Amino acid sequence: MKSPFKISTPAAVATLALALLGSSAAWAQTKPWHHIGRDATPAEVKAWDIDVRPDFKGLPAGAGSVAKGEQVWEAQCASCHGSFGESNEVFTPIVGGTTKADIERGRVKNLEEGASFPQKTTLMKVATLSTVWDYINRAMPWNAPKTLSTEDVYAVTAYILSLADIVPPDFTLSDKNIAEVQKRMPNRNGMVFYEPLWKVSGKGDVKNAACMKDCPVESTIRSSLPDFARDAHGNIAEQNRIIGPVRGADTTKPAPKGPVGSSALPATVVVAAASANVSDPKALLNANSCTACHGMKNKVVGPGFNEIAAKTKGRTDAEAYLIDKIKNGGSGVYGAVPMPAQPQLKDAEAKAIAQWIAAGAK
Amino acid sequence: MSKDLSEVIGRVLPAPENHLSAEKMEEARKARRSFMGKALAMGAGVATTATAATRAVAAEGEEAILKLPAHSVGLGQPVAMEGYGKPSKWEGNLQRRESPGLTRVSQASVSFTPLQGLFGIITPSALHFERHHQGWWDIDPSKHRLMINGLVKRERVFTMDDLMRLPSVSRIHFIECGANTAPEWGNVALPSVQYTHGMVSCCEFTGVLLSTLLEMCGYDKKNGKYVLAEGADGSSMTRTIAIDQAMDDCLVAWGMNGEMLRPENGYPLRLVVPGVQGVSWVKYLRRIEVGDMKYATKDEAIHYIDHMPDGTHRQYTGIQECKSVITTPSGSQTLLDKGFYNITGLAWSGRGAIKRVDVSVDGGRNWRTARMEGPVLTKALTRFNIDWVWDGKPAILQSRAIDSTGYVQPKINQLRAVRGTRSVYHQNAIQSWKVSENGEVSNVQVF
Repeated sequence: MKSPFKISTPAAVATLALALLGSSAAWAQTKPWHHIGRDATPAEVKAWDIDVRPDFKGLPAGAGSVAKGEQVWEAQCASCHGSFGESNEVFTPIVGGTTKADIERGRVKNLEEGASFPQKTTLMKVATLSTVWDYINRAMPWNAPKTLSTEDVYAVTAYILSLADIVPPDFTLSDKNIAEVQKRMPNRNGMVFYEPLWKVSGKGDVKNAACMKDCPVESTIRSSLPDFARDAHGNIAEQNRIIGPVRGADTTKPAPKGPVGSSALPATVVVAAASANVSDPKALLNANSCTACHGMKNKVVGPGFNEIAAKTKGRTDAEAYLIDKIKNGGSGVYGAVPMPAQPQLKDAEAKAIAQWIAAGAK
Repeated sequence: MSKDLSEVIGRVLPAPENHLSAEKMEEARKARRSFMGKALAMGAGVATTATAATRAVAAEGEEAILKLPAHSVGLGQPVAMEGYGKPSKWEGNLQRRESPGLTRVSQASVSFTPLQGLFGIITPSALHFERHHQGWWDIDPSKHRLMINGLVKRERVFTMDDLMRLPSVSRIHFIECGANTAPEWGNVALPSVQYTHGMVSCCEFTGVLLSTLLEMCGYDKKNGKYVLAEGADGSSMTRTIAIDQAMDDCLVAWGMNGEMLRPENGYPLRLVVPGVQGVSWVKYLRRIEVGDMKYATKDEAIHYIDHMPDGTHRQYTGIQECKSVITTPSGSQTLLDKGFYNITGLAWSGRGAIKRVDVSVDGGRNWRTARMEGPVLTKALTRFNIDWVWDGKPAILQSRAIDSTGYVQPKINQLRAVRGTRSVYHQNAIQSWKVSENGEVSNVQVF
């Protein structure tokens, strides 16, 4: 939100300047560091002060239609979120789980105890439309935040809302009607401000007593680590120090049967610290968010690198072909989800990645 | 193993004659030859093949003593070989690690601190947990700026030069992600303390009090009820903070553990909001806005909200309430034999200092009060220790912390009774570790 101290007339400027001079002098007497820093220019404040509050202060004037939003969505958003905002491939779904009745009531039934809807989508939870607009504007798209125009942000917001029937398909969202649309947010009445967990001085809502002797406890273990989870986080023997009173258990094997001391200690192996080398193509993949959509050996949104390597194997123009796909994007080779163009990649980087894939993506 | 032998200090025991088969000896020799290459630690020479009860010491004595090692009979390395020092190569197992399957994208993910191997209360900077919402950056500090605007007399801009000239303070505080221990609201899911509790760290932070900056800008004392903190990275993380907290102990920090912040932790500037979940400690801090209403930003309107049984969400629940965990012995560690152990762990509270920590070895039926090691600081990790002699029978270890407000860390069933099981955040229940007869420690829930 912008500063409320608007300077509108020359007289006001003069008055304010005098006031500032006066108070500066007073501060200078008490705080010798007061002069450090400088005043922000209006252009600087405008450039950075982009937040939009629940009362829509800070929202720039503008408008965007659902139709326009669908175009932007397909080009910039669908690769991660799915064509209808329903995809669970990369992030939690945005759309789903809300009903017309929720829109009427302002509470989402699927958030209540006993509901069977498997996920908590964004539109099931979010009470404030400003949050959606603000976040898309400041942080989306994922690999190029703050590059959408104001119209694009309105349009994409409208498109998301249309997918949940909060606005009709021919709607144009604008700064003029956004407060009305807020009144249709499905979970607008679903938030509770609970002060004791906001204030440091608050009192907790859950009570336990510090019983010391013969305390009431159940004699059964209610939950244990499932067998499949034993090595789901790698071999814990390699995640503990090789000296000291304990070792990490060798979780690649079942737990030993006999009493302590009757079987071999876990082999004590020291692993090398993970680190990335910038000349390493894999580091480039991480640095450029390629791994957001491509797994090494598995499909995420796009195909795994191993799959691309297999498909381009034997092509004499594999390197040039891959450079083109990486730089300019494409679709239809591995499914309907398009690969967006990657204009931020330097030629040498695209080449290094293409060579790495052409060599087998190992 | 006899009871007498189990009490031998250090558990170094005479080896029985011919305790290794010819086959095992050959295995040990091979392992020894690849010692440097694979960094296979051999302990007393045959540790990988010996059992705990037969940690070999030949009649004459140990080879580690009788045969002088290379480092006793040779010339060591020169100074400044590593301009910035590294941990011993033997310590490589203590790393930050991701939890497989927790997130799909490593730029919006978490790495966990290896609490199982740390001492005292300070987290080494390189092992501080990571949580990024849109990847991390290594920002040129000479180009970084902090702006303060909104309900202030003067909207101001500060360079790092400016900020680092100001009166600074150094404070030790814990930072805990609001989602720490989240996967365990329902059932046990994670094998070790690194993954159950490793989204907490504690460092000495150096910076200027936010109150100093707000006073320099002449913030509006009447209408300025909140500040919005905003980051400079792609996500431009934003969080609302109450003005009384902002004026109390929040720091605009550049220092961490005596050096500058690490890039993964917000270099060159982050907000420190003592006692409050990590998401409020905005990294790459670029802007503070003073305002008169809460902002309902993405991470306080869609995430970091507590899903209650009636289907509502509690919003703005940022305090990390009193919590503790035993770090050794802990999940997926294995005890080497019976006898004496020092049970050690960490306790912390977002509301103040730790007053007391109790430890149970019988699943919460009986408790003893642990020793708290100094320093015991407000809103900081506190180390506790207590003696324990393990008799080799199954045991369930728990710790229970009490903070300076008198609040007692709850049991998981007590938490669930109020907040249900579908909440993700702010799980501060008592942790149970079961010690089995085979010496292995595993994650369980008992209450």
